[in-house]
Amino acid sequence: MKVLNKKNILTLIIILIIYAIVQVLLTNGIISSFYEITIATICINIILAVSLNLVTGFTGQFSLGHAGFMSIGAYAGALVNMEMNSNMGFLAGIAAGAVAALIVGILIGIPTLRLKGDYLAIATLGMAEIIRVLFLNMDDITNGAAGLFGIPRFTNWTWLYIFTVLTLIMIDNFIKSSQGRACISIREDEIAAESMGINTTKYKVMAFAVGAFFAGIAGALYSSYFYFINPTMFGFQKSIDILVIVVFGGLGSITGSVIAAIVLAVITTILQSYSELRMIIYALLLISIMLFRPQGLLGTKEITDFFKFGNKSAKVE
Amino acid sequence: MSLLSIEKLTKSFGGLTAVSNVNMNIEKGELIGLIGPNGAGKTTVFNLLTGVYVPSSGSIKLNVEGSKKEISGLKPYNITKIGLARTFQNIRLFKDLTVLDNIRIAMHQNINYKLSSGLIRTNKFYAEEERLKKEAEELLDIFKLSNKKHELAKNLPYGEQRHLEIVRAMATKPVLLLLDEPAAGMNPNETVILTETIAKIRKEYNLTILLIEHDMSLVMKICERIYVLDYGTMIASGKPDEIKHNKKVIEAYLGEDV
Repeated sequence: MKVLNKKNILTLIIILIIYAIVQVLLTNGIISSFYEITIATICINIILAVSLNLVTGFTGQFSLGHAGFMSIGAYAGALVNMEMNSNMGFLAGIAAGAVAALIVGILIGIPTLRLKGDYLAIATLGMAEIIRVLFLNMDDITNGAAGLFGIPRFTNWTWLYIFTVLTLIMIDNFIKSSQGRACISIREDEIAAESMGINTTKYKVMAFAVGAFFAGIAGALYSSYFYFINPTMFGFQKSIDILVIVVFGGLGSITGSVIAAIVLAVITTILQSYSELRMIIYALLLISIMLFRPQGLLGTKEITDFFKFGNKSAKVE
Repeated sequence: MSLLSIEKLTKSFGGLTAVSNVNMNIEKGELIGLIGPNGAGKTTVFNLLTGVYVPSSGSIKLNVEGSKKEISGLKPYNITKIGLARTFQNIRLFKDLTVLDNIRIAMHQNINYKLSSGLIRTNKFYAEEERLKKEAEELLDIFKLSNKKHELAKNLPYGEQRHLEIVRAMATKPVLLLLDEPAAGMNPNETVILTETIAKIRKEYNLTILLIEHDMSLVMKICERIYVLDYGTMIASGKPDEIKHNKKVIEAYLGEDV
């Protein structure tokens, strides 16, 4: 089987159609600049949720520190971008943010991923707090609590879409590779996985590092879209927001995370005019999802699984 | 030179000595049984062999391509790479994954592409995945599970789950296969099929097998030699007929004559 097979070409066509539709709506002003922010939020949240899903949903390592990696990407991206005020600088910033988050992910992953379940959650939470406090106190570089202002804006719909699609393809490819299957086997049964010759520590760190890498990209896109960042944006609340999207869509479902990111962002935007009721309705929605579909919208299935009636051979390739 | 030699293997948990001074020798191609009453330490021996536990003292040497290699204290995944695979007493399949994926995961160490080729899907990735899938399907064919390759492991009948565990262990290409109570919970009919399967894989793959089993009909029928553990010590070893009439063994199982 080669790269240019029927399925991949079909996917490519769908990707281009979605891009064209939104682009046309934006240029004709049908989507106003107010709703453009919603689109940016959706794209960034998709990248964050899908990368966290790799760690928590597919590898089964409960992480509460994803915002920490996002902040590393945001700061690294912003600093590079402010030095080099050009499209090249923007891309260099994203690369810097992603690589910085990747390195920190590996360094933090090696000691903490020996822990399991609740202990790992607390450790990752602590890690994200350490990163936040570091940014708060490195006044010379990060401007402390006031944060960084005047970050040039290069993030637009096209870049957001390119990076979102790239993230989705890469993480989907990862999960369907031998390394990805090794990660999934850790979620299923760690003892059995080790007995089948899988170095579980190595693959946990790998999933953690890949997740951090894409969270770094999301952070860099974020800082370049919203002009300014400060440490409080990347606190515990942000990590929880990302986790909510993942759980809402289904732990172990990429398309679930995509749908959840869209649904939750749209609901937040619609409810903006009823600010008093907003959080109540949002909370009620989450409670009802957990009551009636505890496995999340899609569980561990992908949306494409629902279109493959009777064609089982297409499922595994 | 024997394939596996265990010398003075001891494991204690705090004050409790689960296995003490156990010696065993397995020649290449043999089918050995390890029996004993409940709590005798059989599974602990397996866990020591496969690296789940680190021995308190003693040595485990595996003969790999002509040279003896000390494997006690190595990590489980390294021991599997050297050529020792196992099944579990209480089934530990990846139960929410398909039968095919269970096998492909076990073939992980035999895959030959890097993370980067997987991420951008090079031709090598497609070629290797194709080869892997073919090998997995061949293996499933032998065990008559290929018509169920897209079923989730948890949806298989009990007997087939036990079979799948053996196939999965086989997929790591072991030289020594450890089976922990493969017939536990099976009905007599399923046990007969299992007995035939074990004999068949041993012949076709030139395997050495060590199995723990409570079903004496199976043990006496297929094992060439038997080791008997009781309270962590080896109380007897020998051919099935010798074991059947060994006084110590009868005492361990039935208690002393009054």
